[in-house]
Amino acid sequence: MEYFLQQLINGLTLGSIYGLIAIGYTMVFGIIGMVNFAHGDVFMLSTFIALILLMALTQVAGLGSLAIALFLVLIAAMLLTSLWAWAIERLAYRPLRGSFRLAPLISAIGMSIFLSNLVQVTQGPRYKPAPQMLGDVIILRQGVDYSVAISYKQLLIMAVTAVLLAAFWYIVQNTAIGRAQRACEQDRRMAALLGVNVDATISLTFVMGAALAAVAGLMFMIYYGVVHFNDGFTPGVKAFTAAVLGGIGSLPGAVLGGLLIGLIETMWSAYFSIDYKDVATFSILAIVLVFLPSGLLGKPEVEKV
Amino acid sequence: MALVAAERPGVAGRLVAALKDAALAALLALGLAVPILALRIDQDINNQPVLRARWDDVALAVALVFAARLAWLLLRPALAGSAAKARPASTGAGHLAARAFALAGAVGLVLYPLIMLALVGKSGAIKWIDNFGIQILIYVMLGWGLNIVVGLAGLLDLGYVAFYAVGAYSTALLVHNLGFGFWLCLPLAGIFAALWGILLGFPVLRLRGDYLAIVTLAFGEIIRLVLINWVPVTNGYAGISGIPKPTFFGLPFNASDEGFAATFGIEFTPLHRTIFLFYTILALAFLTNWVTLRLRRLPIGRAWEALREDEIACRSLGINTTSTKLTAFAIGAGFGGFAGSFFAARQGFISPESFTFMESAVVVAIVVLGGMGSQLGVAIAAIVMIGGTEILRELDWLKQVFGPDFEPTQYRMLLFGLAMVVVMIWKPRGLISTRQPSIFLRERRAVRADLVKEGHG
Repeated sequence: MEYFLQQLINGLTLGSIYGLIAIGYTMVFGIIGMVNFAHGDVFMLSTFIALILLMALTQVAGLGSLAIALFLVLIAAMLLTSLWAWAIERLAYRPLRGSFRLAPLISAIGMSIFLSNLVQVTQGPRYKPAPQMLGDVIILRQGVDYSVAISYKQLLIMAVTAVLLAAFWYIVQNTAIGRAQRACEQDRRMAALLGVNVDATISLTFVMGAALAAVAGLMFMIYYGVVHFNDGFTPGVKAFTAAVLGGIGSLPGAVLGGLLIGLIETMWSAYFSIDYKDVATFSILAIVLVFLPSGLLGKPEVEKV
Repeated sequence: MALVAAERPGVAGRLVAALKDAALAALLALGLAVPILALRIDQDINNQPVLRARWDDVALAVALVFAARLAWLLLRPALAGSAAKARPASTGAGHLAARAFALAGAVGLVLYPLIMLALVGKSGAIKWIDNFGIQILIYVMLGWGLNIVVGLAGLLDLGYVAFYAVGAYSTALLVHNLGFGFWLCLPLAGIFAALWGILLGFPVLRLRGDYLAIVTLAFGEIIRLVLINWVPVTNGYAGISGIPKPTFFGLPFNASDEGFAATFGIEFTPLHRTIFLFYTILALAFLTNWVTLRLRRLPIGRAWEALREDEIACRSLGINTTSTKLTAFAIGAGFGGFAGSFFAARQGFISPESFTFMESAVVVAIVVLGGMGSQLGVAIAAIVMIGGTEILRELDWLKQVFGPDFEPTQYRMLLFGLAMVVVMIWKPRGLISTRQPSIFLRERRAVRADLVKEGHG
């Protein structure tokens, strides 16, 4: 029982990170119907940006307080990652809007290869260790030979995720920006006729997705304590799986899917086989797409003749 | 960056506008470069991570972006004007020219080893035939195999490397466990890969477009992960080594008395094997091309292309989409299996590292950039992309320009990814985008790219 509870906590932490990345996939797919293949690598880039900024603040600038440093890193990483996402959308995707359907996907795959290799070339192929922080744990339940504990960083990850998701949900549901996004999602041409700046809205969608991916990137860096240029692909595919599982295009679906994927991965590693944990996720991706293409909370896709 | 419109006519106005725009682009480049390029995470002598600043690189990058954007803005009107005039009318003459070009290319490929021998001599030729010729031809063959699935049937398969892996591993396992030779393994590998194609094709038949792409990607990754983790059979990360090289009708290419050289009474050199391998893969690639071209004229080939154009219309006309898609998957996979078998025999060693998603992406890039469905376009794209990245290995003189730390090969995939994006924006339909109809009334006319649909699958 203690073991299960511990895995539950670990799974939810991991799931929060996947959920944050999944929102970027689900929103972009919802608004322009494209799998933003480079999103996983934007996430990877943000882990590097976060680590570099953290080191610059603590080592070079000599900032003493970890809390302030982390807060500043969070804001700066969100801004810088958003800038990258904006530039990628502007340069690699926007010229292809209205082109044939596979073109944006191919361009996104090219961008994904470009980003991971850019980081490899500029930062080197080694694993980069991050400073250990927030490792202290709170014992929740003292078992006979196994106690359930939650570490500060797990608490931080879940809390930040919850707060940012709430803020984000508010933006999408209650502001003019969010209304424009939802309008574009329903009918882009009609939205344009009614005065919505469609290009700006799409750019903004990419920026918001990237900002949340940057949050996930910082959390990932804190949680695992190491970053690597190749760490974009697998979390990216898993987050995409989460988006698909929750129903692509649906924001609550992405979060739910993220949590489920995190739990499944953790439980699979804990009870079956750690070697095959990625096989489990990839299989879920295939199974969901084949048997339940609209996901748990998504709308069924209608085929127009 | 926002394109600042040149409101004032005249050269000065345009120059100012272009300067402004280029300055904005440079500012953007600065913003992008600051964290990731300016500061590098390194280790000091105590193995502690430290930051190393590289502001000179940032300045260089920003200056390059500024110059490139400015040149682009100022030169583009001139370029666009000349390009519009130079566009040829694509008619039957273009078709004949393409055929002549393809024929010349084929003859060039057949003569390639001899040309290289004449140009660089025996010792240098091995490298050029092996690293360039054989390497490129493997990708040409993979491209042509995938072209059946992506180009003809319109099903985007991002897990094609799985069939390549099946071919390679079945060859390795058959050689080691049953003692088969390469020439027996080759057809078997193709058959196994085709079976896997059917097996993986079945569940994905209902999916279309991006979803199909992602599921095939997932299958490709699953196969790779199984290869890594199923250690008793595949030996995991360590891979399988000691796969014997192909023999010349039973004669091995070695210095022994029974070897190829001794039998024909010529002096032994490793070049024989390399040239033999070259012609083997060339024959396999030509076989792929020939089968594809013939299949296009059969009912099944026409059904593939009809499926690509409009699946619903296909179904209404009574075409069995299930078997049509499955045959495309199976035949494409079979050629991937042949290529994998050849790869295993050529390398003598295989490991899961060779079958990552990146390989799939490279092959898909070759097919799409070449122009989906165009055999010639795929071949040209393979030669340019693979040859171009291999050439980077030869650019040692760049070290004298940029210093001894400069390693051109590490920019290989970086340029590859960039090329994918640039070609997509420049020519979204690929380099050769016109299509030759396989059935026509009286006169064969090339079909322009914007009249061709891309398929839903």
